[in-house]
Amino acid sequence: MADLDPGSLDGLVDVDRGTVSREIFVNEEIYRREQEQIFARAWLFVGHESQVPRPGDFAVSSMGEESVILCRDRAGRLHVFLNSCRHRGMKVCRYDEGNTVEFLCPYHGWSYGTDGALVGVPFGKDAYGEQLDKRRWGLIEVAQLENYKGGIWATWDASAPSFFDYLGGYKLYLDLLLDGWDGREGGTEVIGGVHKWLIPCNWKFPAENFSGDRYHGVSHRSVDMVGIGPSGQGRRDMGERNQARWLDVSFPELGHSMIAFLRPHDAPLAPAYEDAPIVADYFRRCEEERHRRRGAQWRLFGGPGTMFPNTSPLARQPRTLAVWHPRGPHQTEVWRWYLVDADAPAEVKDFLRHYYIRYSGPSGLTEQDDMENWNYAHKASRGIIARQYPYNYEMGLGRATRGFEDHGLRLPGAITDVTGATASEHNQRGFYRRWRQFMASASWKELVAP
Amino acid sequence: MSAPDLAALLVRHEVQDFLYREAELLDERRYEEWLELFTDDARYFMPMRRNVPHDEPEREFTREGLDVNWFDEGKDTLARRVQQIRTGIHWAEEPPSRICHMVSNVQILHASPTEIGVKSRFLVYRNRVETETDVLVGKREDLLRRANGSFRIARRKIVLDQSVLLAKNLTFFF
Repeated sequence: MADLDPGSLDGLVDVDRGTVSREIFVNEEIYRREQEQIFARAWLFVGHESQVPRPGDFAVSSMGEESVILCRDRAGRLHVFLNSCRHRGMKVCRYDEGNTVEFLCPYHGWSYGTDGALVGVPFGKDAYGEQLDKRRWGLIEVAQLENYKGGIWATWDASAPSFFDYLGGYKLYLDLLLDGWDGREGGTEVIGGVHKWLIPCNWKFPAENFSGDRYHGVSHRSVDMVGIGPSGQGRRDMGERNQARWLDVSFPELGHSMIAFLRPHDAPLAPAYEDAPIVADYFRRCEEERHRRRGAQWRLFGGPGTMFPNTSPLARQPRTLAVWHPRGPHQTEVWRWYLVDADAPAEVKDFLRHYYIRYSGPSGLTEQDDMENWNYAHKASRGIIARQYPYNYEMGLGRATRGFEDHGLRLPGAITDVTGATASEHNQRGFYRRWRQFMASASWKELVAP
Repeated sequence: MSAPDLAALLVRHEVQDFLYREAELLDERRYEEWLELFTDDARYFMPMRRNVPHDEPEREFTREGLDVNWFDEGKDTLARRVQQIRTGIHWAEEPPSRICHMVSNVQILHASPTEIGVKSRFLVYRNRVETETDVLVGKREDLLRRANGSFRIARRKIVLDQSVLLAKNLTFFF
């Protein structure tokens, strides 16, 4: 397809009927438009402040396809810069992380301070005379940046709403990842090392999988048989999930969603982390503390989710944050950070670290099978015949409700209770509804929910 | 050739034979026999690597026992990986990949009557389904213990020569 007009998107993404065309995963032109319409405008996850604790610290990351530098300047202020010299575009930083006083371009030698200012131009006076106004040629910086509980998000679009408006009611669910287990605000840190690897599929396969796919049990049956969970069985503790209400929570007007769980108001805490008494103990004490701090909200806990477009928190078991960087229509570079309570005992952190590695990423016994499925689902959708047949997203159509309440606890979002049904595709429909809006809207004015 | 030289030659020959036999077990998918080559307290470790300035080599590798790594585990987790492959529904290895281990540059780092440190290079080729192909190259450092006239692997450190992992998964062994 050569042109994309808003009308044609209706045919490609029809969430009211529960269909999404394969074109949006494999079509080069749609991919190109996504870079402009989505990745140049949305709030994207860049990194964690614990990666850059001291002045001069930097960590290179990605926003969409583009390399960026997360940097704490000499005065301690955080910045995110496009990693490209203003003179001829060379990457000014090809290290993954470090500490520096400046970014020196290895091509012609322009250099930039940690605040992005152009500070050095070889032969500046002789070669340029008075022509070059250095103040106009600093590193390109994001339009907005937010440090939310240690997570750094940024957008290139000055007209985008604030991070908190972008987050909306999803804040409650993102907090399930970022807050301490004991209910304190924030208090999480990332374990050293970011998993980075390439997978051969469109970025939306993992984004929608994490948004709310409870249906892919068969993908993981082998790991469930083998047992890598923190109590020695399955891939995670199911006790607390089995006694809970299963809620698919979506904010279709924002595109964010999460698989969430609501404990009964009158049941004791289910056993968990039974392989490690010290972790079980820590978890139990934290949950009691959370109950005291958060009241009825204590009952809510989270699973995987996706914050539109490509950031996927997994609130616990394992507790991770993934970003699906687009690398062409047929490839995605995954980055994953692993979170723990900053003040948890060393033994707890170590146990969780082992569990996280065993579960997630290219060496993780669980995720390996996801990537095989995304790989060959994508591959089998590229053909000219395959593309004529949309994917089915009809599961649980029309079952979502607003104003969810359970024993006095009200939860934000459009919620489908799937306790009996096991799964719905409510969250995925919300994701693609927002995707379509981003692709069709010319400005943030149109994108902001009325 | 002096007696010590001859003894060293013999050790290197024994170790090479052991490493080749090990590679054979992996490529023939005899994973249970391969597991038996590890001591019960074995460590299996593959760090991630970062691009860092040449004078900050301490930042290049993620740390064993502290950071997130590609692998940082004992025999128990290795055994679960084998069990998972044997379920027949571990889709990432079903149908099974075609895997070839090339082992070379075997160097004895130290040798005592009980333990031997050995460094080698690996090239692991994996081809799967149709066109999917990975070539992973790097170094290994093993600590071998003598046991019953042969060796057991007490520790294996695998240094992969990539930063961003270019393979979609690590469902195979090094």
